[in-house]
Amino acid sequence: MKSNFVAVAAIGTAALLTVTACSSSKGGGGSQSKTTATVSAACAPYKDYLGHSGKTVTMFGSILSPESDSLNKSWAAFEKCTGIKISYTGSNDFESQLPVQVQGGSAPNLAIIPQPGLLAQMVKTGQVKAPPAGTVANEANWNAAWKSYGSVNGTFYAAPMSANMKSLVWYSPKLFAAKGYTIPTTWAQLMSLSAKIAADGVKPWCGGIGSGTATGWPATDWVEEAVLGTYGGQVYDDWISHKVKFTDPKIEAAMKTVASYMQNPAWVNGGIGGVKSIATTTFQDAGVPITKGTCGMLQQASFYEAQWPKGTTVSPTGDVFAFYLPAVNSSISTPVEGGGEFVTAFSSDPATQAVQNYLSSPEWADSRIKVAPGWVSANEKVDQSLYTDPIDKISAKYLADSSATFRFDASDAMPAAVGSGAEWKAMTEWFGSGKSIDAVAKEIDAAWPN
Amino acid sequence: MTTTTPPAITTATDEPPVRKVRRAFSSPLASVAVVILAVLWTVPVLGLFVTSLRPKADVASSGWWTVFSHPHFTLSNYNTVLFKGGYNVNSGLAPYIVNSLAITIPATIIPIILASMAAYVLAWVRFKGSDAIFFTIFALQVVPLQMSLVPLLQLYSGGAHIGGITVIPALHLHGSLAEVWLSHTMFSLPLAVFLLHNFISQLPESVIEAARVDGASHLRVYRSIVLPLSMPAIASFAIFQFLWVWNDLLVSLTFAAKTTAAQPLTAQLQQLTGSFGSHLELLTAGAFVSIIIPMIVFFSLQRYFVKGMLAGSVKG
Amino acid sequence: MYDSHHLILAGLAGDSASKLWGVIEAVGGFIAILAIIFLVAGKVTGRLERPLTIVICLVPVVLLLIIGLVIPAIRTFYLSLHGADAYGPTVHSVGFQNYRWAFSDPSTRSTLIRTVLWLVIVPAVATGAGLLVALLVDNMKRASLAKAFIFLPTAVSFVGASIIWKYIYNYTDPHRPQIGLLSEIVIKLGWKNPPDWMLSSPVNTFLLMVIMVWIQTGFAMVVLSAALKSIPDEIIEAARMDGATGYRLFRSVQVPMIRNTLVVVITTIMIATLKVFDIVYTVTGGNFNTDVLSNEMYTQIFTQFNYGRGSALAVILFLAVLPLVGYNVLQMRKERASR
Repeated sequence: MKSNFVAVAAIGTAALLTVTACSSSKGGGGSQSKTTATVSAACAPYKDYLGHSGKTVTMFGSILSPESDSLNKSWAAFEKCTGIKISYTGSNDFESQLPVQVQGGSAPNLAIIPQPGLLAQMVKTGQVKAPPAGTVANEANWNAAWKSYGSVNGTFYAAPMSANMKSLVWYSPKLFAAKGYTIPTTWAQLMSLSAKIAADGVKPWCGGIGSGTATGWPATDWVEEAVLGTYGGQVYDDWISHKVKFTDPKIEAAMKTVASYMQNPAWVNGGIGGVKSIATTTFQDAGVPITKGTCGMLQQASFYEAQWPKGTTVSPTGDVFAFYLPAVNSSISTPVEGGGEFVTAFSSDPATQAVQNYLSSPEWADSRIKVAPGWVSANEKVDQSLYTDPIDKISAKYLADSSATFRFDASDAMPAAVGSGAEWKAMTEWFGSGKSIDAVAKEIDAAWPN
Repeated sequence: MTTTTPPAITTATDEPPVRKVRRAFSSPLASVAVVILAVLWTVPVLGLFVTSLRPKADVASSGWWTVFSHPHFTLSNYNTVLFKGGYNVNSGLAPYIVNSLAITIPATIIPIILASMAAYVLAWVRFKGSDAIFFTIFALQVVPLQMSLVPLLQLYSGGAHIGGITVIPALHLHGSLAEVWLSHTMFSLPLAVFLLHNFISQLPESVIEAARVDGASHLRVYRSIVLPLSMPAIASFAIFQFLWVWNDLLVSLTFAAKTTAAQPLTAQLQQLTGSFGSHLELLTAGAFVSIIIPMIVFFSLQRYFVKGMLAGSVKG
Repeated sequence: MYDSHHLILAGLAGDSASKLWGVIEAVGGFIAILAIIFLVAGKVTGRLERPLTIVICLVPVVLLLIIGLVIPAIRTFYLSLHGADAYGPTVHSVGFQNYRWAFSDPSTRSTLIRTVLWLVIVPAVATGAGLLVALLVDNMKRASLAKAFIFLPTAVSFVGASIIWKYIYNYTDPHRPQIGLLSEIVIKLGWKNPPDWMLSSPVNTFLLMVIMVWIQTGFAMVVLSAALKSIPDEIIEAARMDGATGYRLFRSVQVPMIRNTLVVVITTIMIATLKVFDIVYTVTGGNFNTDVLSNEMYTQIFTQFNYGRGSALAVILFLAVLPLVGYNVLQMRKERASR
């Protein structure tokens, strides 16, 4: 049977080559000069991307509606002027679907990958294409840290796209104003504020790490913040590469820091239940008690803005807002943990490269920012004045801060067996069944692939 | 295909004494029991339905049953599911319902016909090795279809578009939809053959023997006796196959979702839940929108169960 | 490659009518081809007729199964003997190490045991409930409405079902308004402090099974109800003449008559239970001691990229069901011998 397959595959490939040859000759030379000749003023910014009219570029990602609608709008003018159609598909199961499609030989032209770990896996398949010169030329648009997360073993593959900010604490400005609480700017202030809120009869913290099969990820973020904010970038990087183990006293100490507030029975789980309820509450529902006045604060990323119920005003004087999570150790210069996406190419055809180049340009990022709030670019050249949403402004400010210690979500950068497996599972047991920190750390280390 | 009406092996004759006997089982007690069971089974669905009519904030903060004392309903979830949301087309959800139908109908009919043919041969035209084939097919039910995705994609992207290899040359005209039909067919065949074989093998031997003695070929026996007689079994399998394909996301996502234009309803409903699963209330509304067509199928195939259903399964 | 693909799709894209026409063409074409084959083959008589029938009826199915399931199954076995990461260019053989892991890792071992529990309880309860309903509604007026209600859960997608049950099992501080129906009910019944259901092992596993039973009962009911309908009234009448009533009639007449169907239903639900992962995946993600084999397999392969381990679990799943195949084989042999 196997040999039959080979024969069939050979015939198939031959047939496809013919088809490809035909279509590329159709789209080539002649039509290019024609399009160039009729470029209008509105299309002038897109002149670098012309010459591929009639082509479709498939794109696959985990971004869903309404954010995906905003994406489609952001490149509408590009599509109109260049004649390239971008066909975006989003899926909840992106992380498992992409490897299937890549292995099956039907990878999308472009994939928007949110995890450096997954990017590394894909590069290993040998099917990720090197970025075109136009994208590499945009190199200066990202700071070194961002570029390194789009690289595998020192080779740059994928241009960063959006960015989100994880070092945030959500709170209710109304409650804070009513009780006279002030926004903490140091770790000590944050802890004494927590004690004060608790003394006033409200649980200061709420949290939820439930997220279906990804249950546990918010807890990994909490630990990451504590590691970065206590020991800084070097230890954090060594932790990602497993030079520093989970059982290292430093990492276990960071976990103890998290336990000191998120597992303090007097401090959690505001409006929901006891410490264990953190394990079963979905991260989406975790912030609801803040709007009801039964919880003081929630440590969650900037994208949590989309989770607030309709009609909740997000502003420094509104129903909810967020402040920067201060560093545990004040000697660490503004630790900022973030996440984001990387545009990865599985095709090197010119139309795909044109789209890739466009997405790496500040012009596209500006266009996306104008479409809808709730989106921050990793691109440093964007027009910062375009951000209108207060959370976007905060995020952009910290992400662009050159003195900040910026690091990417560690679990997303670790091998999937740890970052999307053992770590989630063990941390969930830590909260749900009261497993000891040492046992949790040992379990995660054991899952590290050799 | 089924021009002949099923020859009614009407075992359910309408003789009054027999009916009386049967009615004895449906005592008032039985009625009460059925009502209780039906209610138990319906409460979660009711919860799903009520949730779909509530605003997001309420869903997360109070139980759905509280609406009976404090009614607060909104149609906005349905409005969003049906007409808004990122559909890339102006006409809302309708084109995706068509897509789902375009995937589901062939993926229901084709495996049923193929499986009934195989089941007939395995049951009545037995040959050396036919038992082994049947049991292998039966055991193949256990192969997780996730394991098939990569090899099948490799095959399709490597050249399934060639008419020669496809059993049915007309299919390759339709690009990726044919891939979805074929995949669904492959995945459903083991169960279809198993279930249909079970019914077909119990058809009355006398009927088939009589036809054979009259000189009918095997294919003719299949077409004019076996197929009509097993309509009830086919109908019951059809309902479930329809449901499985209709509710499937994985197979269509793998084989049909390279462009949004070919995506089924399930893929689009998933889009609505938002990037971080932030719109679960829309999913509940979507669940109800997508349940309508399977229910129509259920009710329209119901009549096959009411009278003489599985008449053939009585030993002759 | 994509271009040619998309030209075809673009043609279909906007136009729903043409899509449905494509369906009619495909199904019509399929049936037309079969009709032609039947017509041509119908001319063949004599010695060749039998083998020709076998070829026509079996070859398409066998071919499709070889491509769709047999080859992937062999590939799975091959992968199960290889290293964790089958993506890289270097695939290294590890012998039976992945199997050793499956049987020695304590959490995987308890997953295996839990899976066996699912396999015993879910088919038994779902078939029992389905049979009960089927018996009760047999010849009852307005039965189709009751049946439709019990069938309804079967039509809800797994994800939809899991979400509503997740809300039913929701835990909220007992002093606050409840969101979860289960907690609400037990509190109303006087249990002051109900636990967080999904955290309480082993109760959580049984609560997850309830979801599967809820979904599968519709299937059992439809098929068993059909089988019950097929029992000739004469037989029941004769049994009644002999004095059989109620439960005895059920045990000594109805059950033996639908025995075969019962085996089929139990087998089918068992296999469905073995394969289903959506429920555990959506509700608990396999945490809190609720993991089952299929979910563990899915997670190993698709979120952790441990192709080797995941494949080994898939093979174990397959082996686990072999006794079931064996039992069905025996049943079928008996059946045939008695004919």
